Amino acid sequence: MTQVQTEFKLGSMRCRNRVWVASGTFGYGDECLDLVDVNKIGAIVTKSLSMKPRDGNPPPRVVETTGGMINSIGLANIGVDRFLEEKAPFLKTLDTAVIVNIAASTIEEYRAVLERIEAAECCHAYEINVSCPNVKEGGLSFGTNVRMTAEITRELRPLTGKPIIIKLTPNVTSVSEFARAVEDEGADAVSLINTLVGMSVDVKTRRPKISTTTGGLSGPAIKPVALAKVYETVKSVSIPVIGIGGITSVNDALEFLITGAEVVEIGTANYINPNVAVEIAEGIELFCREQNIENAADIIGTLQTDQTISVVKSWM
Amino acid sequence: MKIELLPVVKCEQLTATVFALHLRSSYISDIIQPGQFINIKVQTGNYPLLRRPFSVARTHRDVITIIFDIVGEGTRILSEKRPGDTVDVLGPLGHSFTLPSAGTRPVLVAGGLGMAPMPLLTQNLKANGFSNIETFLGARSKQFLVDYELTNVKYATDDGSAGHHGTVISLLDEWLENNSHNELSIYACGPNPMLRGLQELLRVYSLSGEISLECVMACGIGICQGCPVESVNSTGRYRLVCNEGPVFDIHSVMIQ
Repeated sequence: MTQVQTEFKLGSMRCRNRVWVASGTFGYGDECLDLVDVNKIGAIVTKSLSMKPRDGNPPPRVVETTGGMINSIGLANIGVDRFLEEKAPFLKTLDTAVIVNIAASTIEEYRAVLERIEAAECCHAYEINVSCPNVKEGGLSFGTNVRMTAEITRELRPLTGKPIIIKLTPNVTSVSEFARAVEDEGADAVSLINTLVGMSVDVKTRRPKISTTTGGLSGPAIKPVALAKVYETVKSVSIPVIGIGGITSVNDALEFLITGAEVVEIGTANYINPNVAVEIAEGIELFCREQNIENAADIIGTLQTDQTISVVKSWM
Repeated sequence: MKIELLPVVKCEQLTATVFALHLRSSYISDIIQPGQFINIKVQTGNYPLLRRPFSVARTHRDVITIIFDIVGEGTRILSEKRPGDTVDVLGPLGHSFTLPSAGTRPVLVAGGLGMAPMPLLTQNLKANGFSNIETFLGARSKQFLVDYELTNVKYATDDGSAGHHGTVISLLDEWLENNSHNELSIYACGPNPMLRGLQELLRVYSLSGEISLECVMACGIGICQGCPVESVNSTGRYRLVCNEGPVFDIHSVMIQ
């Protein structure tokens, strides 16, 4: 077999492969050019953008926990004006898909940001962040309310012909209910999971280790939770599900694809190795070649649930 | 910047808990500037998960040295590295100290392991013809003083077990009272309370200076936005320690 098909299409967006970098873990794509050939990444999802610049939360903003980290960045970002002036021209030069992630405090702000970006023609799709746990207004208060999440989707849908991906929070009872709601409102895909609300305490000072007390837990520690949420969601919607949560290796990514995610996003692992998405994309291609799989799409949703689960050798 | 697997040359024990780890990298040793740092993944796998930032303390030919105290799992693992091992290093990162203009007198002020960037600064200053370096080094007690490759050192200990009895800032204050303030270039690194004391002192004497800040970081290259320091003069409220620092004008930041 010569060539493995790795391409993924979502509406008008074509991606070279099914491995993207998650919002907030790759800046605006121009920070790690020394370390990564960004054109080998399936798509770059930008740091969340709000209408006005946001300073973000006070330090400390990050703390490592077992197999993961808690962050409370508070959507620090440069705002739409500076984005269009300083970042968009670079992003337009890329030979890979660019997805602008939008965060806002009101439905009007979501609309306004999307309209500004749309007018500037500088991306291929939108990911709507309704699920940031670290800002008081907007953020989780949208993402944990199914009616609000649906309303945001309904308001944004007519504003663009480009794909709209809604990024969902796991901090709800039933994430698939939210996925169904946004599917009904015309979302092209859902991505999940955003971070889990988490907390860590310094026992000497008896203080929380981050300034906002609780923050968003990410990293390998959340991968099993993320997989279960993806599993729940793929069974209940027919739009593509984009799997996110603790992926650090080819094996992790394959677990998500087998479970039914069409695409994976790499988050926290970028902080350790900004080239990891490229390495995982190449690893998936190699896996396909070794398994005689012609198209990476043929892996998706191939989870076998009808057999006795075997004892896994690698556990030993 | 690059990610490299660096061979361990030697892991040298300096005190009960302080180590100097020597790694081979001609790439970093060629371009590293004093005050810059490297971000180390101490072992493969997911524990510890994130890289840990360390100032480069010294270069010698193609060998770079970091100096660290065992303060947690990451540094404990690093202290057990032996020749034959490799360490995953991202660097060099961050902005360096600004070298003084000719004719000025460099004054280095360090508290505890804040001495880590000072040997490389000393090395660089000497290479640029500065022979009149003053170094002030403070620690809680004698056994915590690490003066590795420093020059012309005046010591201070909180308990008086070596040198001046008191903080390194009070020692510097004494020295400033008795010496000319003309053409001083002050460089400092240490715990935040010490840097706050220095900020106050330099304000009193109307002196400027540069400090290197320590901060918990995730990525070290500005993408995670995890290491802000409150700024007094930038457009936004915060600047990032990793890629806008770790070296800052002492009067440009609010030290927590």
